[in-house]
Amino acid sequence: MRFLFKTSYNQDIRLFKDRITMGWYLALGVVLLVLPLLLGEYYLSQASFVLIYAIVGLGLMLLSGFTGQISLGHAAFLAVGAYTEAALSARGVPFLVSLPMAMALSAAAGLVVGLPALRLKGIYLAIATLAFGFIVEVTLQQWESVTGGSMGLLLEPVTLLGVSLDSESGFYYLALALTGLTLLILKNLLRSPTGRAFVAIRDSEISARSMGIGLARYKTLAFVISAAITGLAGALYAHKLQFISPEQFGVFVSIELLMIIVIGGMGSLHGAFLGALFMTMLPEFIAILREYLPSSLAYQPGLQPTIFGAILILFVLLEPAGLYGRWVKVRTWFQLFPLYRKGLMKREKSYVKSDRLS
Amino acid sequence: MLNEFLQLILSGIAIGCVYGLVALGFVLIYKATEVVNFAQGELMMFGAFVALTMGGLQFMPFWLSVILAVLAMALIGGAVERAVIRPVLGQPIFSIVMITIGLGFFARGLASLIPGWGTLTHRLPTPYADQTVAFGELVLSAGHLMIILVTAVLCVLLFAFFRFTRMGVAMQAISQNQLAAHYMGIPVARVNTLIWCISAAVAAIAGILLAPITFVHANMGLIGLKAFPAAVIGGFGSIPGAIVGGLIIGIVEAVSGRYLPDGIKDVSAYVVLLAVLIIRPNGLFGEKLTKKV
Repeated sequence: MRFLFKTSYNQDIRLFKDRITMGWYLALGVVLLVLPLLLGEYYLSQASFVLIYAIVGLGLMLLSGFTGQISLGHAAFLAVGAYTEAALSARGVPFLVSLPMAMALSAAAGLVVGLPALRLKGIYLAIATLAFGFIVEVTLQQWESVTGGSMGLLLEPVTLLGVSLDSESGFYYLALALTGLTLLILKNLLRSPTGRAFVAIRDSEISARSMGIGLARYKTLAFVISAAITGLAGALYAHKLQFISPEQFGVFVSIELLMIIVIGGMGSLHGAFLGALFMTMLPEFIAILREYLPSSLAYQPGLQPTIFGAILILFVLLEPAGLYGRWVKVRTWFQLFPLYRKGLMKREKSYVKSDRLS
Repeated sequence: MLNEFLQLILSGIAIGCVYGLVALGFVLIYKATEVVNFAQGELMMFGAFVALTMGGLQFMPFWLSVILAVLAMALIGGAVERAVIRPVLGQPIFSIVMITIGLGFFARGLASLIPGWGTLTHRLPTPYADQTVAFGELVLSAGHLMIILVTAVLCVLLFAFFRFTRMGVAMQAISQNQLAAHYMGIPVARVNTLIWCISAAVAAIAGILLAPITFVHANMGLIGLKAFPAAVIGGFGSIPGAIVGGLIIGIVEAVSGRYLPDGIKDVSAYVVLLAVLIIRPNGLFGEKLTKKV
């Protein structure tokens, strides 16, 4: 096992822990850059979806994983981004202008949700965001002059600075660039005072407040940033599918988005990527599984939700730290071999953690 | 005109009672264990399906099959608590929310996979179907009347239970302070299981009452999402609040469905919810949640 002896505070906030870690990430970056040469059309398209989900996961991770606020209505922000992008690109607004506008409108929606959130805690907030998600979904269905109602809207492929990115690899590079940018921004945000304030609020609102952190300001800020990032993903999503309709942004989609971060691992940026990968691959696995099931069971529409639900339950029960937490455990096992103890990563468990006044 | 309006209010009250009953299930569990059960609507759906299956066996009277279905659901509720909820107690609220959401997904999918339940819409045969009761000029279907009566009786029973029985008082103690209750010799874990049993039984009753009106299908549990606003409007920890919240949602829905444009009905519950949360963040009857060090 390598030990890192820190000699200055700056080492604590470096982007990469040390040179070896940096090397690994550079290698990963190179692999991602040459991916279009390695994969066929279909898998490249799936890779683009992984990137889009990863952006949503990053946005949601900032809100839930780092600031500790639950949002059951995140698909609504995705919808705001997607529909804004659709409406603007249909009017010929260039992508470089429409994308920031989609993000801005999404952020404004985040502000609207964030404002009551200042007064709400825990479960009340979750239900308020759920209500917001429902209201947006019904608005999309009813406001037919703008959203096309349940008929949905069609989009053209992205045109960036006059170059049409209608090939799979073109879109992939666009998604990759935006994912990288989002990741860099978030990584920088999280090592800045603002990010530390978010984490402080997650860990204890009382102690955060005692340290002089304005809860209202930072919670709203978390909502706004998270919504803007989700809106960015929404715009990409709309261009990727080239067709959007209200069902793609329902409450169950919000829950699938939450599954990304829960399965990936709460409170880690890695988790957003692992979760996005998992959630994109899961339908593929289910499709393979169908071939081995009796046909009376295989083609039931209820199969997928059953498996999704079971996986979610098993993850929360058996590996609350998600895929990334499991990976950390496996890595530690190898690093410490043969000295790994079973209880090494055990979380402190209280009998009941009450939110109540006592 | 006035009659039509009263008629509307009455049917709103009937549906509101169902929302109230599902909300009651949320509140019972939340009060005792601080777990918000997002699968409450699915428990209701399962209750209706179990009653349907029992009724389909055809060798017992309707009332017996209903009672058996409610008892069966109580057992299922207890089993779910033991298997899934107890291991995560004490973990952050987020984990618990996710696990009950997962339960909801799982239950909804499972119901559509079970042969004979499936994705079709079923009709639960009741002896009081298609009958109406007239009060002067107002006509109320027996199904609606049954909902209102059963809800009232259930409320009185629950009130008596919490007020006069040892177990009820023990549950109140747990809802105030688990640790203190534990020190007083109350078997907290066992009582929590029992609360899940009661909550699942209440959900099953709601499902059976709702069945003649909306029919029985795998997605009927989505009504649980309407019961959330009801529970929150009443303040999440208040049992009378849940029923009042349910009634408010039911009436608002009925009225907005009649007088306002399309689509408003579907969101009216959530608009009311957001309005109440902005004005009174802890609901109308809510406990104060400010944490002290």
